[in-house]
Amino acid sequence: MPEVLMWIGGGLVIAGTLLSLLGAGGVLRFPDVYTRIHAASLTDTGGATLVLLGLGLVSGLSLDTVKLFFCWAFIMLTTPAAANALANAAYGAGHKPRIGTFQIMPADKDIPRDDGPPESGAPEDGSADE
Amino acid sequence: MTGFAVEANFALNVALLLMLLVCGIAIARTRSVMAAILLMSVYSLASAVWLVVMDAADVAFTEAVVGAGVSTIVLLGATLLARGQIERRSWHASIAPGVLAIGVGVLLVYAATGLPGFGDAASPANAHVGRAYLEQAAQDIGAPNMVTAVLASYRGFDTLGEAVVIFAAGIGVALLLGFGPRAQLAPPPEDLGDHHVVLRVAAKLLIPLIVLYAFYVQFHGDVGAGGGFQAGVILAVAAILHALVFGLRETMAAVPAKAARTVAALGVLLYAGIGVVCIINGGGFLDYDRLFTSRIEAMIPANLLGDPAHEHHWGQHFGIFFIELGVLLTVAATMVTIFYGFAGRVVGGEAKR
Amino acid sequence: MLLAAGAAGLVVAMTLMIVRAIIGPSHYDRILAVNSFGTKTVLLIAVIGYLFGRPDFLDIAIVYALINFVTTIALMKALRYQSLARPLAARKEASDA
Repeated sequence: MPEVLMWIGGGLVIAGTLLSLLGAGGVLRFPDVYTRIHAASLTDTGGATLVLLGLGLVSGLSLDTVKLFFCWAFIMLTTPAAANALANAAYGAGHKPRIGTFQIMPADKDIPRDDGPPESGAPEDGSADE
Repeated sequence: MTGFAVEANFALNVALLLMLLVCGIAIARTRSVMAAILLMSVYSLASAVWLVVMDAADVAFTEAVVGAGVSTIVLLGATLLARGQIERRSWHASIAPGVLAIGVGVLLVYAATGLPGFGDAASPANAHVGRAYLEQAAQDIGAPNMVTAVLASYRGFDTLGEAVVIFAAGIGVALLLGFGPRAQLAPPPEDLGDHHVVLRVAAKLLIPLIVLYAFYVQFHGDVGAGGGFQAGVILAVAAILHALVFGLRETMAAVPAKAARTVAALGVLLYAGIGVVCIINGGGFLDYDRLFTSRIEAMIPANLLGDPAHEHHWGQHFGIFFIELGVLLTVAATMVTIFYGFAGRVVGGEAKR
Repeated sequence: MLLAAGAAGLVVAMTLMIVRAIIGPSHYDRILAVNSFGTKTVLLIAVIGYLFGRPDFLDIAIVYALINFVTTIALMKALRYQSLARPLAARKEASDA
């Protein structure tokens, strides 16, 4: 029985890694910051779930399983919240989506919308804003 | 499986080193300070993974928490204080420093070829005092984590020096940057809107969890990776998260700057005080075996740690407990002071909104 | 073994994230790349722990899952508002004070 669990656990870890790889590919290939945020956060959380579940099966029931559960809970709590905050910040800074449009809420009508910075990195001064 | 683990080890080492190299070149070549800070965080994180691969759990812990966490945030604060500009320098000015850097690098590589192999049992680091510590620690101290045993007991005086250095850094930042009274910070704007409601809820859930985890790391430091330094930084990160989400004004109401400085001093006092107590009871400075007089030691119940038959060194256990507590207090309070210094400083005399 | 393949895949994914962190035209892309790199690092540390038979490394993974979030928020706040001190959200009770 433990042998089968090891193989299933290993398979889940591989599946999670493949999901993360797909997400990484998505982040490289998608055209816009909003779509990239979507790719990264979705696949990171899903991949983390599969990997930690697989490691839980490999390790068997012990104190480490509780630690793995906490690791999973923290990732589930933080990754989507960070993605939301990042998308919110990009929206508030005025990024327009490259594909499609989004609805502007009446409260935010007066935020200047732009297309984002140019593709090539122009030399900037030392200040932190773009 | 052992042969395979060696191969995996080697492949991981090469991959991580390549990552570090790419990161380093990118940091040197990028033109934006923000991007450089981001990449430095990535660099610290890759170093932390590399330390994990080399089986140095405590160092990896500290690198992950300090290098990729607090250090990035403090650098951000420093960048926000300074509004600089890039000046163009001709490449003639970089010839001498470049030659010097390359020369030092070549010397270092040449010296590195003379180092003993990794994990060599006969090397000077592992043969004399190191081996004595490893062999004696179980009898002398009884703490399973060797790093804690060496740091807190055998080399406790050095760790006192480290705590004092951290405390001095906090004092230095407080003197140089300072921070005005809380009233100088702008009151929060009337309506912040609902933009960050997800962040607020997540932060409210996470802050107590981070504090709890800091205490777990603190008390678990004798057995697993961790200890006072790491726990102190994690505790400070909880306060920093509170300040980031709810505003520095709210955090300074919860953790006043004066309280932070006092607690930092208390931590060092506790640590040095333990040493003095050992002297009063007839031993050397920080000689934990003399921490308790025999009368007090007889009063400690034998089953305090669960197993009445096992011989415990109560002086060592309590000594390490108290000095780790001192280190926790000092490090947490100093990190909070440093963050207050960088984030609370108003630029141009007007509180930034 | 399967865990080693998983670790190798994660390392490749991390390298791709570094590429995005270097190229990403806007700084928000870079912050996203750093956050994603951090989450993949958490997974990599957990997998390496089991690969080398030292499950104690899970502590490092848990702590970095927490620290990653705080660093991302700090970077985002500094980029968007140019200030680390300004509140992002009001505590519900503060509106009554």
